[in-house]
Amino acid sequence: MPDHYSNNTYDVIVIGAGSIGCPTALALAKVGLRVLVLDQYPSVGQGSNKKAIGGIRATHSDAAKISLCQRSIEIFSTWKEEYGDEIEWVRGGYCFVAYHESEKNKLKTLLDVQKRFHLNIDWLPKEGLLELIPDLNPTGLLGGTYSPDDGSASPLLAIHAFYRQSIALGVAYHFRQTVTALTIDNGRITGVQTETDQFSAPIVVNAAGAWSGRLNAMTGESIPVMPDSHESGVTEAVERFFFPMIVDIAPHPGSANIYFYQHHTGQIFFCMTPDPNIWGFDCEETSSFLPMVSKRMISLMPKLKNIRVRRTWRGLYPMTPDGAPFIGWSNKIEGLFYAVGMCGQGFMLGPGVGELIARVITRQADLQDGKILDLLSPYRAFAGQEQLK
Amino acid sequence: MIDNHITSHPILVIPERIPIDFYWNDEPFTSFEGEPISSALLANGIRVFGHHHKDGAPLGIFCANGQCAQCMVVADNKPVKACVEPIRHGMKIFPMDGLPRLPQVDTHHMTFDPQEVSTPVLIIGGGPAGLSAAIELAGQGIPTLLVDDKPRLGGKLVLQTHRFFGSTEAVYAGTRGIDIAARLEQQTRSMEPITIWTQSTAIAVYSDKRVGVMRGDDYVLVTPEIILIATGAREKSLAFPGNTLPGVYGAGAFQTLVNRDLVRPAKKVFIVGGGNVGLIAGYHALQAGIEVVGLVEALPECGGYRVHRDKLARLGVPILESHTVVSANGSESVESITITEVDTHFQIIQGTQKTFACDTILIAVGLSPIDEFYQKAMAYGIPAYIAGDAEEIAEASAAIFSGKITGRQIVTAYIGNKVAIPDDWYITSERLRSKPGRTYPLYDVDIRDGVFPVIHCRQEIPCDPCVGLCSKNLIQLTGPDILSVPKFISPDASCIGCGQCVIGCPGLAITLVDSRKDTDFPTVTIPYEFERESLHPGDRVVVTDAGGAVLGVTNVIKVLSNSRNNHTNLIQVKAPRDDAAKIAGVQIIDPSSTPHLDPMDNRRDDDEIICRCERVTINAIREKICQGYTDLNEIKAITRAGMGACGSKTCNPLIMKLLSEAGIGKDKITDGTIRPLFIEIPLGKFAPDHMGDLDA
Repeated sequence: MPDHYSNNTYDVIVIGAGSIGCPTALALAKVGLRVLVLDQYPSVGQGSNKKAIGGIRATHSDAAKISLCQRSIEIFSTWKEEYGDEIEWVRGGYCFVAYHESEKNKLKTLLDVQKRFHLNIDWLPKEGLLELIPDLNPTGLLGGTYSPDDGSASPLLAIHAFYRQSIALGVAYHFRQTVTALTIDNGRITGVQTETDQFSAPIVVNAAGAWSGRLNAMTGESIPVMPDSHESGVTEAVERFFFPMIVDIAPHPGSANIYFYQHHTGQIFFCMTPDPNIWGFDCEETSSFLPMVSKRMISLMPKLKNIRVRRTWRGLYPMTPDGAPFIGWSNKIEGLFYAVGMCGQGFMLGPGVGELIARVITRQADLQDGKILDLLSPYRAFAGQEQLK
Repeated sequence: MIDNHITSHPILVIPERIPIDFYWNDEPFTSFEGEPISSALLANGIRVFGHHHKDGAPLGIFCANGQCAQCMVVADNKPVKACVEPIRHGMKIFPMDGLPRLPQVDTHHMTFDPQEVSTPVLIIGGGPAGLSAAIELAGQGIPTLLVDDKPRLGGKLVLQTHRFFGSTEAVYAGTRGIDIAARLEQQTRSMEPITIWTQSTAIAVYSDKRVGVMRGDDYVLVTPEIILIATGAREKSLAFPGNTLPGVYGAGAFQTLVNRDLVRPAKKVFIVGGGNVGLIAGYHALQAGIEVVGLVEALPECGGYRVHRDKLARLGVPILESHTVVSANGSESVESITITEVDTHFQIIQGTQKTFACDTILIAVGLSPIDEFYQKAMAYGIPAYIAGDAEEIAEASAAIFSGKITGRQIVTAYIGNKVAIPDDWYITSERLRSKPGRTYPLYDVDIRDGVFPVIHCRQEIPCDPCVGLCSKNLIQLTGPDILSVPKFISPDASCIGCGQCVIGCPGLAITLVDSRKDTDFPTVTIPYEFERESLHPGDRVVVTDAGGAVLGVTNVIKVLSNSRNNHTNLIQVKAPRDDAAKIAGVQIIDPSSTPHLDPMDNRRDDDEIICRCERVTINAIREKICQGYTDLNEIKAITRAGMGACGSKTCNPLIMKLLSEAGIGKDKITDGTIRPLFIEIPLGKFAPDHMGDLDA
């Protein structure tokens, strides 16, 4: 081990051992960098990763996320072959269903954009959708989009797979380390200070997700990431009866989207986007979630009334003003890189983002990467609004 | 045809039951209307209810309390928990082999929101602590809602057929648990400010200060101003090869099957653990006509009350101290147990293994408080109290006092004025929680003329009924408090031989020696809580001393029973003058009747299970611990231990134990996050298609 690596000195420090931090550390280690990952929690993935239900799709509405998630899907879907770890990847597809003309129109409009990016997605009429998901409520069903190449994997197993592989490549992880200061010398980052230690590196990646705001405040930069909480649940395991992630984007009193799918184990994972958003860090369970989500799930799939709910939890979506992530170098602090504001899609974006960061840091970024970085620049004007949050 | 229903019992009154027919795997069987499916199956000799979807391991009854999902079956096309779902005439039941298939349903109906109610005080749990608190609250006119998941109030008291210890004055000592339950229930039900919801399970305490309760089929959100958690305790599990075979379950679950459901789920049981729970379960087994092959206790001495231990030993049950279980053996269910002797460091002494035939192994290795709701309520700022076993594991008598005191504390908090709590309540409460004190050697009793009681009670425990039972005040405690052992004080010839002390001693530790008719061969009167018909005058019986050592064989002279004695019969034997005062009991089983078998090895591989819901083995967990994993959330994430139906209630203490055995300090361990729901609930219950009826 070269001498300059000792004494808490690294090439890159990644803050956050989560959905972004772990695959980023792996990607950086793969290109030969000496990486340290710091996390405030006692172990890997204890922030928002373990709250994610595992959906992975490339069918977004903007070029940057589509491209990053396409790469993520390649990584997830070939992981077992390449590394041997079971991460429960299932290519189950995604279905956005429409029971009203308004959703039908919205989805069909997006379909044109998505097709332009060569995504494998199509409109299925009612009969086609019922063939794919026979237990969908047929009453009032107009049809929906189907993207068979999307799928799901276990966030828990996947992050541990990234974690183990990165450790095998020499990445160091230090847990229970809350960053208290970024050490900056002459406008250049030199490391971080935690409650107990001091670590040095010329490059620091902020991958602190919902907690990234605290770090941003330390630099005085305005990188607006606001956590918003969503509640989720999981049921008992039952015999497989459908594959795709079913997404209903129809607005309801108290909720925007709901989505659920049947996991590898036979369990159903479900999640609801509250409307209006619930801002802040509160992650404690509420009494309103189950009645609201149950109504909507049973109405979409009456068969679900008999499935037993096993557990519920709440997790944070680190939101940005326009629903797209912030990925890029700080303009103010040299060596500080932002990979924050994944808006609840950190798990599916993670592997793609990790490789992008590695290319940027090693100055290997190509034209396509440049386009993505432009779109996701932390300093962009917030013009549009992501359609499929 | 097998019928394992209990049709007569020395203590319990068998109610009229309506016979019904049902089908198991398309084969017709009979049982009784309304009993849990699991008990109907066990009564028909069916012990394997299905096979796990992961590895095909056989599954059967485990918690008998609706907490886990080990007993799932398919009843009339619906996957249900056999231990809570009542059986109905004509029901078609199939084993749960693999994953359940969700039944088809009609398209959905109009759905409603859950009903909401508010209450000044909500008590979760209608056992001794919850009921006692409710009585105090109602006494001050404070409206109180009490919810309990069982059809009958009384908590675990409804399973306790034995007479209780403690103080007669304070906590009904000398009365049977079932009778205490009935009294508390009656009193609670008669008090107007108390609203009682039975068959109502609290499933979550939410951060918006509401408590989700499944009231029968209706989901109700309760907003309490103050909450009292009196949810009792759950049984700890134990890891050993074969520990999930059908036939291995908790002593408390066993008591539920035998004393509540009135079935005989076993022919031959073996008990692991010599605390009060294990010892009492053994006694209850014998009363139900089930053979107790033996009891092992890893400590050099049983931790339970000496009187409970001795009672079992006198009846002929081998009590093997410094012994532990090695494995449960069998292919589809328990066929035998292998045990071993251990040294003082609990290390196996090689060459001491023995295997005994048995069909059931009862685990009685301690209880853990059910305090999740308390933690949540505190975190969410609901004024919260906790009482009984949920707060600290102790005897039911202590729980009654803990409930009374907490009830008064809540009154004070609610009305804002201090309500007096007598000092002696605290003192009594402290005493009742005491662990057994010193054990004295069996002292020699001088045989004397006339009639007199012999007190075989020789350990300091909180108990005093004998003192009050003697109408001549001839029995007194030897020390200042209730822990001290009682003593017969003997002004000559003042004992009249009424036998009340013999009948009423909860430990069955008093006999009466009567030399008035025959000084050479006095008559010894012994308490006997078995069916009167099981012994007849003239029968030869083996008599033992207090600790169970055989003294000899003698004839039964008389069997006396009197309805006023609340099912305690008395038997009289004659004995030589020198032995008469030593006799404390009669054997009902021959301890040498169960020869040990050749060591067996018909176990499945890799079958020492930590998480039974997800079939996670001890090796899988140990491997993670060796790799440095100390966060239970992380261990769960990668092994799935704790992700199952029971919500880590069973595996969490086992994993904690493994971490501690690996020498990992508490400060290095991160405990698992507790999340709702407390038990699994069908999604449809949260979006009902009817309006429930909220009348109390």
